[in-house]
Amino acid sequence: MGTREALAVANRRMVRRLLLLTAAMFGFGFALVPLYDVLCEITGLNGKTNGRAVAAVEPMKIDESRTVTVEFVANLNVGAPWEFAPRVTRMQVHPGRFYQTHFLAKNLANQPMTGQAIPSVAPGLAASHFQKIECFCFNRQRFQVGEGKEMPVTFRIDPDLPPDVRTVTLSYTFFRIDDAGG
Amino acid sequence: MSTASHTTDHGHDHDHDHGPARGLSRWILTTNHKDIGTLYLLFSLAMFFVGGAMALVIRAELFEPGLQVVDPHFFNQMTTLHALVMIFGAVMPAFVGLANWLIPMMVGAPDMALPRMNNWSFWIMPFAFTLLLSTLFMPGGGPAGGWTLYPPLVLQTGSAFPFVILAVHMMGASSIMGAINIIATILNLRAPGMTLMKMPLFVWTWLITAFLLIAVMPVLAGTVTMLLTDKFFGTSFFNAAGGGDPVMFQHIFWFFGHPEVYIMILPAFGVISQIIPTFARKPLFGYASMVYATASIAFLSFIVWAHHMFTVGMPLAGELFFMYATMLIAVPTGVKVFNWVSTMWRGAMTFETPMLFAIAFVILFTIGGFSGLMLAIAPADFQYHDTYFVVAHFHYVLVPGAVFSIMAAAYYWLPKWTGHMYNEKLGKLHFWLSVIGVNVLFFPQHFLGLAGMPRRIPDYALQFTEFNMVSTVGAFLFGFSQLFFLYNVIQTIRGGAKATDQVWEGAEGLEWTLSSPPPYHTFTTAPEIK
Repeated sequence: MGTREALAVANRRMVRRLLLLTAAMFGFGFALVPLYDVLCEITGLNGKTNGRAVAAVEPMKIDESRTVTVEFVANLNVGAPWEFAPRVTRMQVHPGRFYQTHFLAKNLANQPMTGQAIPSVAPGLAASHFQKIECFCFNRQRFQVGEGKEMPVTFRIDPDLPPDVRTVTLSYTFFRIDDAGG
Repeated sequence: MSTASHTTDHGHDHDHDHGPARGLSRWILTTNHKDIGTLYLLFSLAMFFVGGAMALVIRAELFEPGLQVVDPHFFNQMTTLHALVMIFGAVMPAFVGLANWLIPMMVGAPDMALPRMNNWSFWIMPFAFTLLLSTLFMPGGGPAGGWTLYPPLVLQTGSAFPFVILAVHMMGASSIMGAINIIATILNLRAPGMTLMKMPLFVWTWLITAFLLIAVMPVLAGTVTMLLTDKFFGTSFFNAAGGGDPVMFQHIFWFFGHPEVYIMILPAFGVISQIIPTFARKPLFGYASMVYATASIAFLSFIVWAHHMFTVGMPLAGELFFMYATMLIAVPTGVKVFNWVSTMWRGAMTFETPMLFAIAFVILFTIGGFSGLMLAIAPADFQYHDTYFVVAHFHYVLVPGAVFSIMAAAYYWLPKWTGHMYNEKLGKLHFWLSVIGVNVLFFPQHFLGLAGMPRRIPDYALQFTEFNMVSTVGAFLFGFSQLFFLYNVIQTIRGGAKATDQVWEGAEGLEWTLSSPPPYHTFTTAPEIK
């Protein structure tokens, strides 16, 4: 009889441990989310670029000897009734110098709309070398019916950009965020 | 360790010589591992035919280019549900059923460690799958974004979406409870003298599989919960507009998904490692290396997930890491294949149906393994990704791999379970039709994939027509030959030649010391292990 009770105790302890492991792994699944964000921020893995202005704008050494092509891409998410396009599709830039360009957006819906542009940089590893001090993507953009806007981006490429990167693509996707538009 | 003469831990004493209860309540209320094993196996068989019917809808549509049989949205529901039903409804419950029947008899235990939870973990399954299949009749149809449930596509599912997520949660809960039960049984209920390294390999592979289940099923539960909150509660885990990243879903999903692949194949390795020594009449070659190989495969399965997503845009270092880590898995897998071949080497082999399925497993699983190695080559994967080559690869490891091992197990242990020999002639007919059908079905898909035919699309370019026709013919041949299996199983349950206790001349292990069929309660006194 004693061994039978001992077995019941052993089984209970085992179940407790395994349930704890289950709960821990459930938590681990969620812990992967901040882990992924941190990892991406360090490595630029997913091409996420800063959605806020760079904090300190120290002057950088301008590398006149090097030219990098910057391409601009504009996308609309499903159900975003805008016209959205870059003013120029590409620019030749020198690392370290500030440049400004514009994106054009127009509300095509018959009601006021709020949108948010989400930037992304390709190749992903260039993302941390792409600095924006002014960008329409820092804020939500409010559009009246039929309103069109010319929205500025001011950026520079960090001279530390790996030398094998000759073309950097900055892509914006415009999301409608005032209701469940996407 | 139980040396007492009492049976299972039902929480109350009762006469342990009684047989099963009568009628339907026997099956609903049962806590007996043999009954629950039978329930799992029958459920799995039913789901195998449901998922198979869906596959035949897919193949019928792909017989000719253009749209003939079903509309594209229904086609997408079929591909999605075929996968979910086959993975969670057919293959996994079949292995849990085998574990229920065999593990207590193999380690000399009177029952599973937690019989009531065992009942619960089975009876969740019919509800989960009723829920999942009912989504086909909901507005907007069933899930159609692929079984991998990638956002944002999956978020476009209609009313079915929360039901699909709940069904996945229920399947996960069932698997986790099953896994806890199996671990507790193996670690706490082995007969005295049954040391870990004396356990039959089927028990070893299930012990490791159960740990994989506990490690990754909660991660799946977590990530589908994130999908649910993204859709209904305004979170932005995978929504770029709110700062999330859809690619992160793929990372988390495949962190679950790759170990899941081994959850479906490690018990198959165990089954094959039981069957080949019996019919080669030699002990398994390299028992210890088999155990260590299984453990290595399980460990490596956690660090290779991104090979499913080489094309999402990863730094070169990442591609290289996941490529080499994936290729490393070929080493322990190769150890296993060579051990099986060495076991057969110079053995006194006979070729009864279970052995035929086991040999076909070794050969055809290896083909699937090699196409896996080809897919692991990151630069080549950009060409193969999302083509029929991938479809051919994973069907080779899952159908003539996992499914054949389940068939082999059914033929091998059916005489023990029922006390009757199955019809050998019919078994061999089933085997030959299956092995021919499966190759006609899946081999041409390699060529289709290499030529660039994308998967999950109901239509294709004209030049793919011949191979698709051949594949569809093979699909119907394979599908309908499973009716012979069904007939044979039913006939064997109902009657047939009496099976001896040992059944097979070369069979070794505790389960063969019991009568055929074994009494309702076995090993109420722990057996003596030499």
